[in-house]
Amino acid sequence: MRNLTFSRGDRKIFDNVSLELERGKITAIMGPSGTGKTTLLKLIGGQLFPEQGTVIVNERNVHSLKRNELYNLRKRMGMLFQSGALLTDMNVFDNVAYPIREHTTLPESMIRSLVLIKLQAVGLRGARRLMPNELSGGMARRVALARAIALDPMMIMYDEPFTGQDPISMGALVHLIKALNTTLGLTSIIVSHDVHETSAIADYIYVLSDGKVVGQGTPAQIQQSSSDWVQQFMNGRPDGPVHFHYPAKDYMDDLLFTENLPLMRQRIKRATVRSNRYTL
Amino acid sequence: MMTFFRYLGAGTRQGFTKLGRSSFFLIDVILGVGSVFVRPRLLLSQLYAVGVLSFLIIAISGLFVGMVLGLQGFYILSRFGAEETLGVMVAASSVRELGPVVSALLFAGRAGSALTAEIGLMKATDQLSSMEMMAIDPIKRIISPRFLAGFIAMPLLAAVFSAVGIMGGEIVGSGLLGVDVGAYWSQMKANLDFQGDIINGVIKSIVFGFVVSWIALFEGYDAIPTAEGVSRATTRTVVNSAFSILGMDFILTALMFGEH
Repeated sequence: MRNLTFSRGDRKIFDNVSLELERGKITAIMGPSGTGKTTLLKLIGGQLFPEQGTVIVNERNVHSLKRNELYNLRKRMGMLFQSGALLTDMNVFDNVAYPIREHTTLPESMIRSLVLIKLQAVGLRGARRLMPNELSGGMARRVALARAIALDPMMIMYDEPFTGQDPISMGALVHLIKALNTTLGLTSIIVSHDVHETSAIADYIYVLSDGKVVGQGTPAQIQQSSSDWVQQFMNGRPDGPVHFHYPAKDYMDDLLFTENLPLMRQRIKRATVRSNRYTL
Repeated sequence: MMTFFRYLGAGTRQGFTKLGRSSFFLIDVILGVGSVFVRPRLLLSQLYAVGVLSFLIIAISGLFVGMVLGLQGFYILSRFGAEETLGVMVAASSVRELGPVVSALLFAGRAGSALTAEIGLMKATDQLSSMEMMAIDPIKRIISPRFLAGFIAMPLLAAVFSAVGIMGGEIVGSGLLGVDVGAYWSQMKANLDFQGDIINGVIKSIVFGFVVSWIALFEGYDAIPTAEGVSRATTRTVVNSAFSILGMDFILTALMFGEH
C-alpha cells in the first residue's frame, strides 16, 4: 500500500500513508477510534477509492481492476466485520454455506461437510440451527469468522475483532486468529485498539494517528518505542500528546459566556454590590 | 439574500446528484434482474413479502372505496334518474383512477416503507458490504429480486383493488339502494372499453409499481446507516412515492384520456 491519501469531507483520513503487509504473517493496524481503521480495510477490499496512491494485493492494484477481476480477488479475501454482519434471514449453517453456494457448484452433501468443518474450527458446530438473533456477540463473530474462511481465502481482515467481548470469548478469538493464521497460512490483518490482545498475536504492528503512521515494528519494538504518542497509546494514559480534552476555549470564559464579557463583568459587579448591601 | 440563493443552489445541486445516483442505481438494478430468473426462489419469497402480505389491506381498502363510490354515485345519479349507470361509474373510476392510484399509495405505505427499512438496516448492520466482500453483488441478490417483485405485484394488487371495489359498489348499490343487479353489470359491460379503460389502468399501475419500488429500494440503499438515517429514509420513501404517484397520475391521465 503506497502513498495512500483519502479524505471524507474536509477531513483527511489518510495522508500519504504507506504500509507493507507481509504474506503469511499477522499484521496489526492500531490507533485510537476514528483514525479510519475500518476505512483502511474498505480501501484494501476495494469498496472505497483512494484519492491518491495504490493498494496492491497479490501483485495487483485493487483499484484498477475490472469489476469481475475485483470480485475474483475478493473471493480470496475474507473479512470479519465488527458486528459480524451475518445475514439475518438465514440460520448459522446457511450463513456459512452462503458464499460456497454462491461461488461453487458443489453438491449439497459436500457443502454440508465443508460448512461443518468450518463451524467445527470455530467451535460452533452444535449451533448450526440457530438464527443470528439467537447468538451472543462473541458467537456471532465466530460464525462470521467461519463464513470468512469458508472459501479458504489467502488473506483475512479483522475489523476490531476484540471489541465488546467478554474475557472468555476474547481469549477464544485470540486463540482462533492465531491458530487460523498458522494452520491455513493466511495473511492476516487485524485492525484494533485492544493493545494487549493484539500485541499478543501480531507479528508486526503499525500505529496510526491523524492519518499518519506514528510507529511501527514488532510488538516488542513498539513497547520500547521512544515516541510519546505510542507510549501513551500502548499504556493507555489518559493525557499526553493526545489530550483528554477536545479542543475548546478557556474553561472559565466558557462557563461565564465570554461572548458578552463586558456585560457579564458588569452583572457580576452589580451582584456583588447587591449582596454586600444585604450583608451590611 | 445571498444565503437564500446559495441555499437554493445547494439544494438543487443535491437534488440532481441524487437523481443521478438513483438513475445509475436503477440501471444496475435492471441489469441485475436477469440473474433473478436463475434463482426463482429469491423472487418467490419477495413476491410473498410485498405482494401476498399487502393483499389484505388492498382488498379491504378496495371494498370500502367501492362502497363509498356506490353511495356517492347513487345519490348523484339518482338525481338525474340514471341509477342504472352506477356500475359504469363505479367501474370506470376504480379501473381508471382509484384502483391504480390508491393501491399504489397503500403499496408505498405497506410494502415500500418495509423495503426501505429492510435495506437500510441491512446496510447499517454491514450486511450489504459483507456480501460485497464475499464477492456477491448485493444489487443482484438483494435489490433486483425485490424490484421485480414490486413491479409484478403492483398491477395485480391494483386489479384486486378494482375488482373488490366494483363488488363493493354492487353490494351498496343493488344490495342496499335497490339498483338492478343486471343493469349494474350490463351497463358496465356495455360502456367500459377494454383498451381505453382497463389497459390504461394497468399501464398506470405498472408505472406506479416501477416508481414505488425504485424509490423504496434506492432510499434504503442510499440511507445513512444509522437508526435516524433509516427512519428518515423510510419517511422519504412514503412522501416521495406519494408525490410521484399523484404527479405521474396526472401526466399519464393527460396523455391517455387527453384527446376526449
